[in-house]
Amino acid sequence: MATDTIKIRASVAGDVAEVKCLIKHDMETGQRVDKATGNKVPAKFINEISASVNGKEVLTGHMSVAVSKNPYLAFKVPAKSGDAVKVTWKDNTGDTDTAEEKIG
Amino acid sequence: MQAKRRVFLKGSLAASAVGVAVGAGLLTPRTVLAAWPEAAYKAKDAAGALKGALGVDSATDSADVTVKAPDIAENGAVVPITIESKMAGAEMIAMLVDGNEMPLVCDFTMTGAQAYISTRIRMGKTSNVVGVVKAGGKLYQAKKEVKVTIGGCGG
Repeated sequence: MATDTIKIRASVAGDVAEVKCLIKHDMETGQRVDKATGNKVPAKFINEISASVNGKEVLTGHMSVAVSKNPYLAFKVPAKSGDAVKVTWKDNTGDTDTAEEKIG
Repeated sequence: MQAKRRVFLKGSLAASAVGVAVGAGLLTPRTVLAAWPEAAYKAKDAAGALKGALGVDSATDSADVTVKAPDIAENGAVVPITIESKMAGAEMIAMLVDGNEMPLVCDFTMTGAQAYISTRIRMGKTSNVVGVVKAGGKLYQAKKEVKVTIGGCGG
């Protein structure tokens, strides 16, 4: 299981928080050729992502290899300062990581 | 891992069957994520992608959907895109790139979050970025052309 791959920054404006996540992940397309071996690098990309606030799921999504390397995702959710936002991703090889952050 | 398990357990105590399954190790927390709709992501046209991801195969143009994207992307590997809608009852958002071999980039289901998604995507060539919003069982879309000078899908 991957660790420390997710950075979360959340800020509140009024009663809505904008949550920005930056995930460290190569998002290999399966098309790229490893120059050293001449073989294609197998696809490895995040295909499932979800977010929750105070334990309640607010957003779930799917991705393809068309999402850039080290994916960035921002979303808006009604929340207040001090709420806990949690983001979880899983890639096509079953690798996964979760991070939680207090909304500041 | 342990902490996540606790949180999950707390959330599912009401559904005792699920609680038992977790206790027995049959169901790990990661299975709460919905499965990846492979057919939608492998579809080579927008209709197939929309049908698979959002359940409806055609969308009508709407001024209530906003796609924010650069006019020109110098690097197709990293194109920032924001899709937003003020529409009431918006429940799902999908992002498509017409010019990519498999158009569907990502889809999201809102269960509390607002209809706003911002991310960075890969584009193979100059084409339209399509933002699709599902509200009340119907699809609404908006397009924005992005000129790509260097494609982002090759090695």
